[in-house]
Amino acid sequence: MKGRHYDEMHGADGVVRAHFRALAAWLAETPAERVAEKRREADLLFHRVGITFAVYGDDAGAERLIPFDTIPRVIPKAEWDQLAKGVRQRVSALNRFLHDIYHEQDILNAGVIPAEQVLTNDAYQVSMLGLELPNQVYSHVAGIDLVRHEDGSYYVLEDNLRTPSGVSYMLENRKMMMRLFPELFARQHVHPVEHYPGLLLETLRAVAPSRARDPVVAVLTPGQYNSAYFEHAFLAQQMGVELVEGMDLFVKDGFVHMRTTSGPQRLDVIYRRVDDAFLDPLAFRQDSLLGVPGLLSVYRAGNVALANALGTGVADDKSTYPYVPEMIRFYLGEEPLLQNVPTWLCKRSQDLELVLDRLPDLVVKEVQGSGGYGMLIGPAAKKNEIEAFRARIKANPTNYIAQPTLSLSTCPTFVERGLAPRHVDLRPYVLSGKEVKLVPGGLTRVALTEGSLVVNSSQGGGTKDTWVVD
Amino acid sequence: MLSRVADRIFWMSRQMERAENMARILGVTSNLVLLDTGELQEQNLLAPLSITETEATYRERHDKLTLPALIEFMALDEKNPSSIYSCLKWARENGHAVRWLITSEMWETLNATWLEMRAIPRSRVTGAGATEFFDWVKDRSHLFRGVTYGTIVRGEAFNFSRLGTFLERADNTARILDVKYHILLPSVEDVGGALDYYQWAALLRSVSAFETYRQLYRDQIFPIKVAQLLILERRMPRSLAACFDQVKEAMDRIRGQSDQPAKRLAYELHARLSYADIEEVFQGGLHEFLAAVLSDIGELGSRIQRAYLGEV
Repeated sequence: MKGRHYDEMHGADGVVRAHFRALAAWLAETPAERVAEKRREADLLFHRVGITFAVYGDDAGAERLIPFDTIPRVIPKAEWDQLAKGVRQRVSALNRFLHDIYHEQDILNAGVIPAEQVLTNDAYQVSMLGLELPNQVYSHVAGIDLVRHEDGSYYVLEDNLRTPSGVSYMLENRKMMMRLFPELFARQHVHPVEHYPGLLLETLRAVAPSRARDPVVAVLTPGQYNSAYFEHAFLAQQMGVELVEGMDLFVKDGFVHMRTTSGPQRLDVIYRRVDDAFLDPLAFRQDSLLGVPGLLSVYRAGNVALANALGTGVADDKSTYPYVPEMIRFYLGEEPLLQNVPTWLCKRSQDLELVLDRLPDLVVKEVQGSGGYGMLIGPAAKKNEIEAFRARIKANPTNYIAQPTLSLSTCPTFVERGLAPRHVDLRPYVLSGKEVKLVPGGLTRVALTEGSLVVNSSQGGGTKDTWVVD
Repeated sequence: MLSRVADRIFWMSRQMERAENMARILGVTSNLVLLDTGELQEQNLLAPLSITETEATYRERHDKLTLPALIEFMALDEKNPSSIYSCLKWARENGHAVRWLITSEMWETLNATWLEMRAIPRSRVTGAGATEFFDWVKDRSHLFRGVTYGTIVRGEAFNFSRLGTFLERADNTARILDVKYHILLPSVEDVGGALDYYQWAALLRSVSAFETYRQLYRDQIFPIKVAQLLILERRMPRSLAACFDQVKEAMDRIRGQSDQPAKRLAYELHARLSYADIEEVFQGGLHEFLAAVLSDIGELGSRIQRAYLGEV
């Protein structure tokens, strides 16, 4: 591990921070054998309940789990309140931005963001132009990825405004912790997160077409072989709504209907976990079997709500990210509460020069990449890897951005030889309906390999429960 | 309820029930084959293939008709869609698609059954462990039905599960009877002969009705009473009449739209089985009666599919 980093549990003097004290005391007095036994129990329970993420093949029974770490990440309430304010501010501005670029385009006209950055973006949906959405909300469910720098301040690493996933782990991790270690919750007040599905349903109902007095909501999934199927099913079940696939829906007389045993039933709000391109084979990818032919026309007529809206990807693109602080100033007239990581856009020639010069120190990412794929972590990369990446950047600079390598904060984590510090990030989930809301907590992802900065589950990351405490 | 979901639940229940019935048929066949020597052997081995209408497929895969090959084909062959292996596999597959709607106990039963099925050594099933295997399949089916009955919300999921279970059971009982009907026909010779007795007893045992016969009729085994018990006796839970009591109950509770054709046929079959007289059935021809019931059960299945479950 290079350089210094912020230790979530211990201060510079090695003393346990106040908000971690109850946990530290419990760890000190609980026999290691009992903790180990509980960890095995957790593994078994996750398997049995089937909280799995890997693709379910025909030869199943072998579903993979995201490793769950039993040491929670603790955040003091006052600090959380600041964070929450910051992400609310950020998501509000991003929604204002999305409304603007599909309407008057003030921010482009004012020259704050170059027009070509937005209008030539692959994720920009011409079909959204001029469309009025309830409450002018585009990204109803957003996940904001935060990391903590060595000075202890939080930075936004990226915004996820399309179909962010992982919230089911936030909920299941909490349930698991309460089941395994009830005594821990008696020692200090941990703010609850269990009301998230209720808030989500409220958010979805709030964006229903105005004619629907008692709106019917459904979760649209690509199906049981999708890697996040568990989460789709889980959320539908928790909200008490139907989990539908494209083939369950059809468009007739200007509305979307579900095929049910008692005939067609009209659907008002679709919480879709299917990507834009697959939603309507008549409008987008013709080979899509996951969508609903004619959906876009119903959506444009205002007879069905989609959450999230189409075309939100233009705002969470990594090349749009550097402009978010400006958006906050432009739309809200406020200073950003959360910091952005300094970012160089390789498409700018002066940035490109600097990036190529300092490759071994930087993190380079693909503009549209996600899941930790297609990125270079300079300090951890071998010389030939860096050179290979250099060639790729030179060949297509527009496709890359670069950032300084952040030293993610660490949190104690169970590894084979006991407790050891591992790097973590944090993803709170922000709901925007009539108001912008979030539950106190989020998903803490942890890089289980020593020194690793990659927390993505697809790259061997694990998760932790996240506690906001008084 | 979504049609796709109802479809999965309906078939999940049918497949579990079908696996049980396959195990029953194979269990009885094994017994008969072991008891008999001589000319009935071939007939006994053919019965399971006739019941499932798979003789042609069997012949493509096996040269000779032997008990181990028959068990291999009907219990373990993954390419035979009515094999126990296929039924358990598809029951689990369908359950997996609707996990969020069925109870976790139901899912765990389906999943554990499938995982155990895959772990069972094939040579045991076709050899010394055959009976043990058939009993295990019956146990798993009983368990699944019990878990379902004991845990699932009373609603459309429950209704379609019951509908699938009892339509499948009626279909199986009718098929078993139709293949074996000739042994129940009055014949001049062999009346009360030992051979007949074994055949009748085997037929009763295949639907767990041997003790029931004694208990209800307190009499020697007469073919007409065997037919009465398996077709019209509503106290016997695998009889056609009893199955249709359950089918009707489920159909009563299901709320559909333009489902008149399905409901009409279900109620008509129920009435036919409730009010039939066994003497008249024999006069009109046992085979003709069973063939008509079977064909109507098939038609009812298609109408249910159209009315509630979506296009096939």
